[in-house]
Amino acid sequence: MHELYSTRANPLIDPSLHVWGWEIAVYLFLGGLVAGIMIIGGYFMYRGRHTESICVCEQLPMLGLVLLSAGMIALFLDLEDKWHVWRFYLTFQIASPMSWGSWILLLVYPVLVLTLAIRPPRYLTQRFTALDRARNFLRGRSGLVRRIGMASMVLGAGLGIYTGILLSALGARPLWNSPLLGFIFLLSGLSSAAALVHLISRDPGESRMLARADNMFLTAESALILLFLIGLITTSRVHEEAAVLLLTGAFAPVFWVFVIALGIIIPLIIQSLAVAGKIRHVPASPVLVMAGGLALRFVIVAAGQASHWASTIH
Amino acid sequence: MARYGMVIDTVRCVGCTDCVVACTTENDVPLGVHRDWVVFDTEGSFPTLHMQIRSERCNHCDDPPCVSACPTGASHIHEHGGIVLVDADKCTGCKACIAACPYDARFIHPDGYADKCTFCLPRVEQGLDPACVAVCPTLCMHFGDLDDPHSNVSTLLASRRAAPLMPEAGTKPRIYYLE
Repeated sequence: MHELYSTRANPLIDPSLHVWGWEIAVYLFLGGLVAGIMIIGGYFMYRGRHTESICVCEQLPMLGLVLLSAGMIALFLDLEDKWHVWRFYLTFQIASPMSWGSWILLLVYPVLVLTLAIRPPRYLTQRFTALDRARNFLRGRSGLVRRIGMASMVLGAGLGIYTGILLSALGARPLWNSPLLGFIFLLSGLSSAAALVHLISRDPGESRMLARADNMFLTAESALILLFLIGLITTSRVHEEAAVLLLTGAFAPVFWVFVIALGIIIPLIIQSLAVAGKIRHVPASPVLVMAGGLALRFVIVAAGQASHWASTIH
Repeated sequence: MARYGMVIDTVRCVGCTDCVVACTTENDVPLGVHRDWVVFDTEGSFPTLHMQIRSERCNHCDDPPCVSACPTGASHIHEHGGIVLVDADKCTGCKACIAACPYDARFIHPDGYADKCTFCLPRVEQGLDPACVAVCPTLCMHFGDLDDPHSNVSTLLASRRAAPLMPEAGTKPRIYYLE
């Protein structure tokens, strides 16, 4: 037997760490979703799709701005000293992923505004004439539009990967100790954004294209999750115990039911059949993909905090 | 420059928690949180049980992950003996440092900043031992410069078998436990 009794009992620390709650999970999900929106929207603009009569690139930048702001609010709510939020922007700490993220988020806003100016929705140009003037300025400059599209894709990829690196850089939590986490969150963000476009696009061709893309993203995400788990299981005892938390432990029901089955496998089957023309596209599958993306952030944030370097098996 | 650390004799420690009370008093630690604590670690099977009693706190690691995780520079290594500190004025309470610490040595102070053991820096600057070391009734705790081969901590480490907690976490902790 091995019994530990501690007199510590600090709030949020004991009996097991739970300093980060729903705010961080929601922020990581929305950050990933906006990353996907920036990559898909940026790609459409890079390829000149913004000149089409119907293009989702009319809605994506505004959605990105709203969702990112909602994520920032969630992040703000998590701070214990909200009056000190400005401290993030008085320094750049090169070793801190959170510092990188703070500055990346500041760069994301102007790029989203630039992509908004390329194809602004009518309800905005009617209210803000400057946006209309910006659109007219960009109309004849396809080279500049391509560069903005490229910047949006690069920054989107950076944002998506950062949401995973934020956790994986914290070496004290074995579940998060994988560089794959950044790419899992990026692909999850891409699949959620593709699902969103699939859901809201008014162009059936565009919607089908994103359903196909979503299937690829979901397949790649599944492969990465598998590699992530194999990586943990084959590393060390504490990493194996961290993987067990997801595979058969306390977080297994949420992981298998909400992340894997409802969030990846079922929508993948529905969308594959729909893309093959065997059934009609149904809004349930993109909704499930997005809900699965949110569940993934919740389970990784919670299970990661429950994982620890002190092995429980002796 | 000095590199302060502690050596704690687990054979002498009786788990009286005087160190915890001294820390709370010296540093005005609020009710309900602790900068240091005592762990009773029992292993084996009856009747051959082995119990180790340890007074634990921030390990003031040589490679502190809490400092590198901090986005504002609030967590820092102080020039005096390499003590790891938090500047409450710079702290946003983002909790990255808490998640980064494998020893779970930090907590959120009721005023909204990350707090932890400071090795009683104001006392150390006056040449005194940290409060927990000074009050220990069994004299099981020792504080000093790990880089000075003639310091009490270095001579103890040279003469007895000692180990830090979880060295495999890779943070190079500076608190050693004599076995």
